[in-house]
This record gives sequence, structure tokens and C-alpha cells, in this order.
Amino acid sequence: MMQKTLSFEELRADFPILDRKVRDGKRLVYLDNASTTQKPNQVIDAIADYYRRYNANTHRAVYALAEEATEAYESARDKVARFAGIHDRQEVIFVRGTTEAINLVSYAWGRQHIKKGDIIVTTEYEHHSNIVPWQILAKEKGAELRYITINDDGELNLEDLEEHLGTGNVRLVAFSLMSNVLGTISDAPKIISMCKKAGALTLVDGAQAAPHLKVDMAELGCDFFAFSAHKMLGPTGIGVLWVRKKVLETMSPFHGGGDMIREVHKQETTWNDLPYKFEAGTPNIADVIGFGAAIDYLEGIGMDRIYKHEMDLTRYALERLSAVNGLKIYGTRNLSRRGAVISFNFADVHPHDVAQIVDGDGIAVRSGHHCAQVLMERLDVAATSRASFYIYNTTKDIDALITSLEKVSKVFKL
Amino acid sequence: MSADIYHEMIIDYSRNPLNFGKIEDHDVTFHDSNPLCGDSIDIDMKIKDSKVSDIKFHGKGCAICMACSSVLTEMAKGKSLDDVRKLGKDDVLGELGLEHLQAVRIKCALLSLKVLKSALYTYLAGRTDADDLKEEAANLY
Repeated sequence: MMQKTLSFEELRADFPILDRKVRDGKRLVYLDNASTTQKPNQVIDAIADYYRRYNANTHRAVYALAEEATEAYESARDKVARFAGIHDRQEVIFVRGTTEAINLVSYAWGRQHIKKGDIIVTTEYEHHSNIVPWQILAKEKGAELRYITINDDGELNLEDLEEHLGTGNVRLVAFSLMSNVLGTISDAPKIISMCKKAGALTLVDGAQAAPHLKVDMAELGCDFFAFSAHKMLGPTGIGVLWVRKKVLETMSPFHGGGDMIREVHKQETTWNDLPYKFEAGTPNIADVIGFGAAIDYLEGIGMDRIYKHEMDLTRYALERLSAVNGLKIYGTRNLSRRGAVISFNFADVHPHDVAQIVDGDGIAVRSGHHCAQVLMERLDVAATSRASFYIYNTTKDIDALITSLEKVSKVFKL
Repeated sequence: MSADIYHEMIIDYSRNPLNFGKIEDHDVTFHDSNPLCGDSIDIDMKIKDSKVSDIKFHGKGCAICMACSSVLTEMAKGKSLDDVRKLGKDDVLGELGLEHLQAVRIKCALLSLKVLKSALYTYLAGRTDADDLKEEAANLY
């Protein structure tokens, strides 16, 4: 059903928004994919098709529409499982996104298992969503939150992890597989194996990695994995929490309500089977179906091909950015250890001024702290500019960015 | 709207801001930041005979924020507290030709005004009932 040999240039036609003109007729150059990605017609149509043809609630009613809706919803769960190398579909929990997934773990696992004096470990390059829930939990339980620091190349200092694990009190190590600012890819196999030896569970924030790399739960060996649909061509408001079943079975519910119960009596309730125990209320049916369509689309292209395309763009962008006067690039230059996210700054020019000037040329880049203030502190900057690529970007987009950045250089007399 | 707002005066003020620094023996100081972009400004004031006898600011911000802080502190210097109260966003934006600044950047331009009003309120609140000023500061945007 998916075209097999479309070039990346050709598949741009599936994304109607890329035809838009912005700022007085400029071609839109969208380079904020680490924040959210654009949606192909296939995803938009799948969502509209559900609302137009078979809108009904899932799991309960017996009529035809409900049966179709339930089937579409549950088949998206199967697609997620296949996409992420998950062997047991009961381990796939639909949530609003990575943030909710991590909060679910902090609430439903953390409140049950974290005690006074325990240690939770995260890293200096985490998104706020993988720091704040642990701060809240640690404060509530009298536990301690520790960090794995980063080196000047933006890679994790794993000797910190070794030291933390050495205390014998670490219960959970939560880290992102790819940094949303530096693009660094964490050495997950090593981290997970260190944690296993020390008896600590691992939570992997896959929000940045899942859209770009082939992820495989069976191979990775972590205990929790979270990612969001909207960063991989899918709709906003839907994401996945995967939990290893052995761990999932030790967790209490997150939200109470409909769908998550087996029997409710005046004073007592028994819980539904997995994964429904963690999916209270009417689910986000339309967006789950849209997420399924996004996965079909990505698999139609092939994650290996996507990764290669992005790394070609990253190599080209790093080369060209390096030649812009006054521009400093953060993170490692080692392409095997980074993804298609590049943060940079001009000597003394604030990233908001950079973003504003390139916006005038129709180019969307992100400026700010990227929800990673701990990392900004470590880099000793208030903010960075960030360009991030996806399947529909081309070297032409990068050329446009470079031309515009040269203008910044000129305006600010660098 | 793009590179046009980055005219000579903005670039100059962002590089060489006026009234940049600290007043160690200030009569009042106030700090605020924009949570979304991380711009962060402190204003210190010396007040004598109900006038701003000296004012300085420090902090981190984009060119728009730094330029606006420069012209605002320059405007406030020497003015009576009553006149400082009357300073509004049009005074700041007009001085730098930023009347058409897009909504998302307005907060960069007006952070220092918010800090200045808050500093003034803090100072006055120490002496008089200043509920009217509190409201004024809250309604800045």
C-alpha cells in the first residue's frame, strides 16, 4: 500500500503544509522536527476517515461502528508493538505523550516502590519531562535525585553512573536515548547492562529516538520506554508507554475510572486486564488510529532508509554550519553518536534574534532552552538555536538556512 | 518584519547597553524573567527627593530586550516617581520603532518595563498604600 521507491524529495508531495508560503510568499523551510513533525495526507485522512465513517466508542458496544472503531484502535496497538519490537501487546499502554508516560511511571510505579533513602538517577541532558516528575517523587518520598553529568562533547560521563550504582541504593535510572538539544545518542546497551548488574530498573525516554532510529524493546532490555506520535508524523495528544510485563504487574493504577475496571462495588473495585488497567476513560481513538497510519507510513519508507537520509543531512549541515562566521555548534561531531538535531549559537547574538531573522526568510528553527534548563546551565548559556531534520527535509532546506544565517552574521556585524 | 527590526540602534544598544551594571547601595532592586525564553533582568534604583537619581540594569536577554532596557532606564533616569509611573509600553516601543513587533516578541521588549514598575511598586509599598500600582503592574500587557 505504501510506495516503495519514492525518493525523499518525491514524498514531500504527501505533506500539504510544505507547499505553504509564509512571511510574504517565502517557501516554508521547516526545521523544528525535534519539537513536532508535519503530517502526511495518509495520517490526516486516517483521522478524518474515523470521524466521517465509523466514529464510535471502543470496547463496549456491540453495534457495527463500535466494532470497527475497536478493531482500528487495537490494530494500531499491534502496529506499535511491531514497530518497537514488543512481543506482548499487553505491554503497550496508550498515553497522551512521553510526558504523561513518565508521569505515569513516577506515579504508578514510583509511589509503590520508591522509599526514603532510595536514589533515582537521571542525566544532565534530559528534557524537563524526565527531571521534574522525579523531583516531585523524590521530595515526596525523601528519596534522592542524582545526575549523570556530560562531558564537553555532550556525551554522558558513565563513571558518574558507576559511582551512583555503587551506593547500592539506586532503584531507577531514567535517561533519554537521544538528547533533544545536542542530538547525542546515549550508550543505552552499556547503561542498561550496568543497571541490570546493580539491580536498578531503567526508563528510556524515546521521544527523540523512536522517530529516527530502529528501536527494539526485546533487544534494548530496558524496563520502561516512552515515545510520542507527534514527533514521528502522527497526531499530537497520543503516545506510548511500554513497560516490561514483570514490572507492569507490580504497578498500581494511574487514573481510576471507566474501562480500567473489572468490577466496581460500593467500596471496592477490581482492575481490568493489562493494558486497560492503565487506560482509564474513553481513549483518544482518532489519534491512536492516526498514529497507526504514521507507523505504516514510516515502515513503508523503512527506518534504516530514514536514518541514513537524516545522517546525510546532518553531515551536510554540520559541514556547512561550521563555515558560518561566528557560529558555534554544540555536541559531538562523531556522527555515529548523534542524531539529526543540531544546536548552535552565534558569539553574542541571542537565539531569539537568530530565530526572528531566519523566520523572515520562511525558515522555522527553534530558539530557547528547549525544556532543558539543567543542560543550558551546564553549557552556561541561556538558550540555543536548534535545527532538526526529518524525512521531508533536503539539502536545499539546509542551504536556505545557511544563507539566512549568513544574513544574521551580517546584521550583527560578526 | 524580519531583519528590518534589527536596525543600527537596536544592534548598538544590544552590544553596548546604556545604564548596564549594578548599584550596590540601591534603594530598591527587582528581578524578573520570561519563563518561555529565559530573558532575565534586574533593575537597581537610587531614589532621592521622589526622583530616580540613578538607575542601572543587568541580566541576560536578546537584542530587543537589551535595547529596550537601555532606552527605558535612560527615560526613567532623573524622572519623578510619578512620571515613571506613567511610562507605558508605547513609550518604549515607539522610541525604538518597534510598534509592530509580533506578539511573541513583545514580552522581550517589555520585560524591563515590568521589572521597573515592579521595582517602583516595591519601593512605594514600603511607604504608602500602593494597591493601585500593583494593579497597574499586573495589567502591563
